[in-house]
Amino acid sequence: MLGRTLREVSVALKQGQITPTELCQRCLSLIKKTKFLNAYITVSEEVALKQAEESEKRYKKGHSLGDLDGIPIAVKDNFSTSGIETTCASNMLKGYVPPYNATVVQKLLDQGALLMGKTNLDEFAMGSGSTDGIFGPVKNPWSYSKQYREKRKQNSHSENEDSNWLITGGSSGGSAAAVSAFTCFAALGSDTGGSTRNPAAHCGVVGLKPSYGLVSRHGLIPLVNSMDVPGILTRCVDDAATVLGVLAGHDPKDSTTIQDPVKPFTLPSLTDVSKLCIGIPKEYLTPELSSEVQSLWSKAANLFESEGAKVTEVSLPHTSYSIVCYHVLCTSEVASNMARFDGLEYGHRCDSDVSTEAMYAATRREGFNDVVRGRILSGNFFLLKENYENYFVKAQKVRRLIANDFVNVFNSGVDVLLTPTTLSEAVPYTEFIKEDNRTRSAQDDIFTQAVNMAGLPAVSVPVALSSQGLPIGLQFIGRAFCDQQLLIVAKWFEKQVQFPVIQLQELMDDCSSVFENEKLASVSLK
Amino acid sequence: MAAPMLRWCCPGRRFAFARVGCGSCHRRGPPTGSTSNGKRGQSSVAQQPHITAQKPRKGEPEWAAVVGLEIHAQIASNSKLFSGSQVCFAAPPNSLVSFFDASLPGTLPVLNRRCVEAAVMTGLALDCHINRKSLFDRKHYFYADLPAGYQITQQRLPIAVNGSLAYSVYVGRKPSQMVTRTVRVKQIQLEQDSGKSLHDDLRSQTLIDLNRAEGQLRVDANISVHRPGEPLGIRTEVKNLNSARFLAKAIDYEIQRQINELENGGEILNETRSFDFKLGCTVPMRDKEGKQDYRFMPEPNLPPLLLYDSGSLPSGADPQQVINIDQLRERLPELPRVTRQRLVQQYGMLPEHSCVLLNEVGLLEFFQNVIKETRAEPKKVTSWVLNTFLGFLKQQNLAVSESPVTPSALAELLDLLDRKAISAPAAKQVFEELWSNEGKTPAQIVAEKKLELLQDPEALEQLCRSTLEAHPDVVMDLKRGNPRAINKLIGLVRKATLGRADPTAIKEVLERQLSS
Repeated sequence: MLGRTLREVSVALKQGQITPTELCQRCLSLIKKTKFLNAYITVSEEVALKQAEESEKRYKKGHSLGDLDGIPIAVKDNFSTSGIETTCASNMLKGYVPPYNATVVQKLLDQGALLMGKTNLDEFAMGSGSTDGIFGPVKNPWSYSKQYREKRKQNSHSENEDSNWLITGGSSGGSAAAVSAFTCFAALGSDTGGSTRNPAAHCGVVGLKPSYGLVSRHGLIPLVNSMDVPGILTRCVDDAATVLGVLAGHDPKDSTTIQDPVKPFTLPSLTDVSKLCIGIPKEYLTPELSSEVQSLWSKAANLFESEGAKVTEVSLPHTSYSIVCYHVLCTSEVASNMARFDGLEYGHRCDSDVSTEAMYAATRREGFNDVVRGRILSGNFFLLKENYENYFVKAQKVRRLIANDFVNVFNSGVDVLLTPTTLSEAVPYTEFIKEDNRTRSAQDDIFTQAVNMAGLPAVSVPVALSSQGLPIGLQFIGRAFCDQQLLIVAKWFEKQVQFPVIQLQELMDDCSSVFENEKLASVSLK
Repeated sequence: MAAPMLRWCCPGRRFAFARVGCGSCHRRGPPTGSTSNGKRGQSSVAQQPHITAQKPRKGEPEWAAVVGLEIHAQIASNSKLFSGSQVCFAAPPNSLVSFFDASLPGTLPVLNRRCVEAAVMTGLALDCHINRKSLFDRKHYFYADLPAGYQITQQRLPIAVNGSLAYSVYVGRKPSQMVTRTVRVKQIQLEQDSGKSLHDDLRSQTLIDLNRAEGQLRVDANISVHRPGEPLGIRTEVKNLNSARFLAKAIDYEIQRQINELENGGEILNETRSFDFKLGCTVPMRDKEGKQDYRFMPEPNLPPLLLYDSGSLPSGADPQQVINIDQLRERLPELPRVTRQRLVQQYGMLPEHSCVLLNEVGLLEFFQNVIKETRAEPKKVTSWVLNTFLGFLKQQNLAVSESPVTPSALAELLDLLDRKAISAPAAKQVFEELWSNEGKTPAQIVAEKKLELLQDPEALEQLCRSTLEAHPDVVMDLKRGNPRAINKLIGLVRKATLGRADPTAIKEVLERQLSS
């Protein structure tokens, strides 16, 4: 049951094959078994069981709230959750219990979803590995998959297996791992430069970054307000559409959300792609791109072409400036957004009481890690009066050029762009930490970040396993607010590629009771 | 968060001239004109030469002072600028604080429509250009009562710019010596107010109240002096002035201090100062010694604020989502300048009288109510309201609303005067009675005190004749050519009538009897 998709399990709930409480308990049990993945910071067991009980009552009365009623979900720990600790994986917010729910969290709860817990991330979502939070790194469930282990044996790497676990990518690595390891059916991430799509690609799940302004940011503890979007991680494209249908729409508490009403939708199955025009941005073919990803990317393009779609090379000439431009804009907003963490009202406060200024300094030194402090310093430098024109204003202009690149391409008749999501498959933790956070973020966001600059919708879809037995994802980028069209194309593609299900054999051996009647082989992605 | 604030910036203009080296703070002349809006009146060209200690050195021009004001005025709205929590004067500390006001992580600002309307109307009233698109910025600094670490304001592209306000001020001792001055308004911006710090020195603690907005008006004055023709001097900023009186005092002091400093070979530091109202001087502020870099950046959570007029209004727009400047213009009340002009035209009033009527809260309404109910001439009403009525108020330090005399009572009194039922001096007496004995009507007072004019001409003739007979010495004095002797006779007759005869009528009868 846990291996099913959200839609499938929703049907099972409606048909009474399983009750919300049973489903909730199975997920809780698996969360405990997979604790070593470090996907969750907080497991809200009591809350989830209480919600399951309420959901069960509704099902018994035949008054289910909809597709999400009774469905276990997880939420990245940078969304405010009323009465549940929200840490951003930072000492600064350790012990902080918000008094309100983020709008997206409230919408999920209003639909009857069960909140299993808060998932791990890089501190304040600053990172691309989910390795830089105070609760330690998240381990990629694929590290323990049959597919990966067998390949490793073949390649006769007989090192200590446990020390070779893989990173999830990030910063929403906890959410991606939680969905990938079957501990929930959907999870919220956040996406500022690729933080939802990157771990989705590395963990073999679907990662959707909706259009900026389609989904409320109220209650999402910000990284870069002008680029942040709540992200959705699911096992299939249909599930992402279901969750988006619930989350999308105007929020009076977020003035940047669109006014037009949005209705829940289901994705039609595309049978004919001959009217589609798929753009392949030539600038995304970088030297750092692994040959395997590159080859899968061209296979995907060929697939569209062979099915009758028009596939055309396009140019996004300002892409190469994206990383440096992002660095200025991101750190500047970070410097501003982090100013509120001063130890006065909430969160960490140091012991020093020599003076208010000394208290600020010590609190912030103790509360933030090096990555956060580094970005605050850079950002404040860029915002200084003497630097503002040369850095911030220039970066904004470059951002506009990057956004215009996309406008030009879409105006030329392209419907959807197809690109890699990441340079390669997930790497071992020991490999990953050889480079610092900044270098890593700069490299890893290369294909995802420009989308945030332009506010466009994008989705990473798992395509195939690498020669190492690890998932590789490709990214589709759509026109602004054409999220539905984007997902329709992604759904068609997903159906063609038949990405294999993760085989968590060894995990399952430990959790046989959890999986009861299910055979893993029967778990299908459809 | 924060109570909504409007900020006006008046650019520096030389509007103050002071003589070189006045030994003490130079005094201003008669009270300045309108100050209720926080605009400084004009300053004096050292009105009292006797306090001048030094004369300007030969060939040295006088000093010119340049003053720019930043006026923070609280908008009368029910809720705060960016949050739904209420605005209420003297509410218990931190009782009106939303999650946004407390800057909880993840909260976002939502602009209050009422505040935007108030800002547009202020802009229109001050003859500003209303920007169809304005932007919000973050201004960063660490302070305990600024929980977000930044304040949302409109630094780059504010809601209104380039306005002006004309006002009248007295330039001499006489009320008729009025001139019209214009102050330019650089910009009007919407700004979030910070919280309030309460320092407990005993326990060395600072307590923060995030309700905000206690003072309804706060002014920062930027002041520099220079010699005309030379570049502007280095300015100082005197912060947090909360009354027009202190503002004037602080500016006067600061101008003089700067002149003295420069005269004595010193230099002016670009610094922030505060005004010590007890000592009447400005002192450097200790907590902001270093020069602040506010690291302004666009507020990313608020889209540009777009305003429309009837011509540009998008068709089918939700009226709740758009603001139409033309509609707000229609809702503007009559502006004080227009009211003053109307009073002059409608009632033949002197311009300075129209100013006084508008400067005193409630006085115009009182005047208009009297006018409505009386047959007396507007000029008469003006004179009674501005001289007698206002004089009594000032003497007892009362507001118009606290007056014991109602507009109706004054109207009735002026009617009695108008139909010559009582004399002008008797009317004064009735007014005094009205002031001290609330509840009685003028007619009752006239009856009780027997103040009605002598209506019998025979009786007046008789009284005049007997007065002339009783005072031959005065009559002789008059015939010798002393013109004032007639007044003495009039006074004697009035006394005999117990003040019930009209002096003009007495004079007529006396003159006729004397010449016959």
